[in-house]
Amino acid sequence: MSTTQIKFYQVGSFAVGNRLLREDERSVQSDPERTNALTSGHRACQGCGEALGARYALDAAMRATNDQLIAVNATGCLEVFSTPYPESSWRVAWLHSLFGNAPAVATGVAAALKAKGNHTTRVVAQGGDGATVDIGFGALSGMFERNDDVLYICYDNEAYMNTGVQRSGATPPAARTATTQAVGAKPGNVFGQGKYLPKIAMAHDIPYVATATIADLRDLEAKVERAMTMHGSRYLHVLVPCPLGWGSASCDTIKIARLATQSGLFPVFEAINGEVVASSKIRKKVSVEEYLKLQTRYSHLFSPQRNDEVIDHLQRIADKNIERYELMGE
Amino acid sequence: MLRQVEGSKAVADAVAACAPEVICAYPISPQTHIVEGLSALVKDGSLKNCEFINVESEFAAMSVAIGASATGARTYTATASQGLLYMIEAVYNASGLGLPIVMTVANRAIGGPINIWNDHSDSMSQRDCGWLQLYAENNQEAVDLHIQAFRIAEEMSIPVMVCMDGFILTHAYEQVDIPTREEVKTFLPPFTPRQHLDPADPVSIGAMVGPESFTEVKYLAHQRMIDSLRKVQEVADDFERHFGRKTGGQLRSYRTEGADTVVLALGSVIGTLKDVVDELQLDGHSIGLVGLTSFRPFPFHALAEALKGAKRVVILEKAFSTGTGGIVTQDVVRAIEGMGIKDFTVIAGLGGRPITIASLREYLTNAMQENVERITFLDLETETIEKELSKERALR
Amino acid sequence: MFQVRIHGRGGQGVVTAAELLAVAVFNEGKHAQAFPSFGSERTGAPVIAYCRISEHEIRAREPIMEPDALIVQDASLIKQIDIFAGLKTGGFVIVNSTENADDLLIAEKLKVLTTLAILPATEIAMTHLGRPVPNAVLLGAFSALTGVVSLEAVTDAINEKFKPKVAAGNVAAATAAYEYVMNQVASNA
Repeated sequence: MSTTQIKFYQVGSFAVGNRLLREDERSVQSDPERTNALTSGHRACQGCGEALGARYALDAAMRATNDQLIAVNATGCLEVFSTPYPESSWRVAWLHSLFGNAPAVATGVAAALKAKGNHTTRVVAQGGDGATVDIGFGALSGMFERNDDVLYICYDNEAYMNTGVQRSGATPPAARTATTQAVGAKPGNVFGQGKYLPKIAMAHDIPYVATATIADLRDLEAKVERAMTMHGSRYLHVLVPCPLGWGSASCDTIKIARLATQSGLFPVFEAINGEVVASSKIRKKVSVEEYLKLQTRYSHLFSPQRNDEVIDHLQRIADKNIERYELMGE
Repeated sequence: MLRQVEGSKAVADAVAACAPEVICAYPISPQTHIVEGLSALVKDGSLKNCEFINVESEFAAMSVAIGASATGARTYTATASQGLLYMIEAVYNASGLGLPIVMTVANRAIGGPINIWNDHSDSMSQRDCGWLQLYAENNQEAVDLHIQAFRIAEEMSIPVMVCMDGFILTHAYEQVDIPTREEVKTFLPPFTPRQHLDPADPVSIGAMVGPESFTEVKYLAHQRMIDSLRKVQEVADDFERHFGRKTGGQLRSYRTEGADTVVLALGSVIGTLKDVVDELQLDGHSIGLVGLTSFRPFPFHALAEALKGAKRVVILEKAFSTGTGGIVTQDVVRAIEGMGIKDFTVIAGLGGRPITIASLREYLTNAMQENVERITFLDLETETIEKELSKERALR
Repeated sequence: MFQVRIHGRGGQGVVTAAELLAVAVFNEGKHAQAFPSFGSERTGAPVIAYCRISEHEIRAREPIMEPDALIVQDASLIKQIDIFAGLKTGGFVIVNSTENADDLLIAEKLKVLTTLAILPATEIAMTHLGRPVPNAVLLGAFSALTGVVSLEAVTDAINEKFKPKVAAGNVAAATAAYEYVMNQVASNA
């Protein structure tokens, strides 16, 4: 009799499909009746973090609202790879208008529902980091200031990926992009630039701000569901690695997201009315180097020789986050 | 009800009578009194089932309108000049998505240099964006056009700009009959969208269309715009049956029977021109007037009919194409091709310069003799121009 | 057609005066077209407002070049701008001032024969309103001097446009101005 070597993984209590959990504790994705809001056939790259994040987020939003949801999408990868006319991957009511106006369009949808006396249907707006922190910033701030009843989800892959990996206001320091090339005396993106949207969102004192990554999908689902129990403006900032733009292996997408959180570079937390109320603790701290090494957008920090100064600076940023958001300990 | 009221307030009340569900606007002179009027009506409860959103920019205003209209709400906004330009991306998006938004453009000059006064450069700059453009001759027509606009827009699935001269109409106090909500109800049924965002029947709106289909999508929009010419007239005729007055429509002729010279204009200057035509006719001149209400779609056929028999047409424009000449002129010339009618253009009222009866009389008296240039800038201070031009020549 | 031009400074209610006049005319079944000359909205800057009055529909929109009547809310403007430009012979001039025609240099600047009334409208306003706002007051004077619109129409317009307390003061002031000018006209006759 021939034998085949297999690997058996004990995946833990909260894995998708775990039948030992109570029904209400099971992930949205474990439900065969889930919406599958972003269904297969879309044109995303292999290993796309955003496709994964968007599917989880919208399925969770649909469950939380009993399928009473309208989604507004900014221009970007998500919109482009999901609606190549005449096909659409979306199984929810979905509107794409422009690059910089998703928050405003969502405000309009929410206003129309309110005017019609519809208090059941809820609104989600989604966009990439470029649409959110740069071109749509004014509209987002306006939406926050009015406390319009919209959950805005930013899928942050840290550059304008759809148009060829150009730097955005969310591109981290030292990262190589098509407009912050790894050349010259200071290769990669400049230190000290860039906006940290979660804190800006908190500064508007909106009901709920949270960060999440696709490394912890249950946490992402839970945060979307928690956000949908609230009304007013809510903001969710999700780290979604991009294999193409980050120069990483397609199979490493989730791993890289996990390293981002475990190094402290991407803190995971929740804030209510502008105050941090909870953060996800780092289970096993890793150095930033472990995270950076998997992405060629940082390869200029290691070759031809290790750039101690920059790597140390990045480490200090990570350590500062750990301290500020209390990411170590219980 | 007949009232002596400011144009802006009349428009606000007319829009309110149309039961809009979402109003979103950013303030810009000279539209401010319209949105202030509407916000008061919503806030004090007179206008029910309506959300008024104070947006943070004109781009946001049109974007909010897009979201609201796509959700099936009757939606309204207003702007002018710089504000219109700031929202252009969204303006094209609205027409591209077939959303029946109605927007007042309180016509104002586009800067630089900054100028807050009336001319048509703002709406004229958007003549290709796929919105209808209807121009009001006076505040009664401004009121009526807004009511007609909602119906035209919703029946055609094309957004409509109602253009009214900033300050000259918006801030003029005159007698207007403003229909009540009940009266409008019989003329304007509730909005039933062709498709809208509805969780019960989800659709994806705003897909990416590639080279293989884009031309066809655009061609269909082009056809629909041409078809809407008929709808503009149809709705105006129905409005007359309902309310007993003739406003809107494609164009109107004033004393053109047998006229050798016909003046063509849009907006409030039509009123002044009527007085000038009367005076000139009293002096024995053969001159009439055509007022254009629908600029987009352009009524080529109706205009050719209206100008039949004339020897020359004088097109008075409140905007122009820098380096080229008249804008409306280009369409007029196409309409009268082969009819043997000469055309002259007079650019007047730029940046709010008053167009006086005296200046018009002088210019038209010469124009009737064909004793004018092909294009004239009315009341141009030639001394100042000469000085500036010789300065420039000297520098070169 | 009877054309009125109102001169004053920003903040003095010049535009409101034109609107009130238009409403008064409307209430008497005639057509009125009132509009401001549009400058920047700064307090203290010279402001002009226009009002056309006619039995028939008013179609022209040009600024009033040849007024039949002039209302001057702020006499300091007489020395600063060509305030009487275009005024028709046989027209009417109403000036808000405590000074006389000579001190105001009116004779120097006013080239055509008109009916003139000078009254302390600001002071009348202070007495009846408690505020130095002469706009509605001067309409009472206008009514008396020209007869183009009745005092009743003016006071009705005031009551329509202002809240009761403010309206009451303005009505009293406009009436006082009306009587002042009527007396002036009678004593000049």
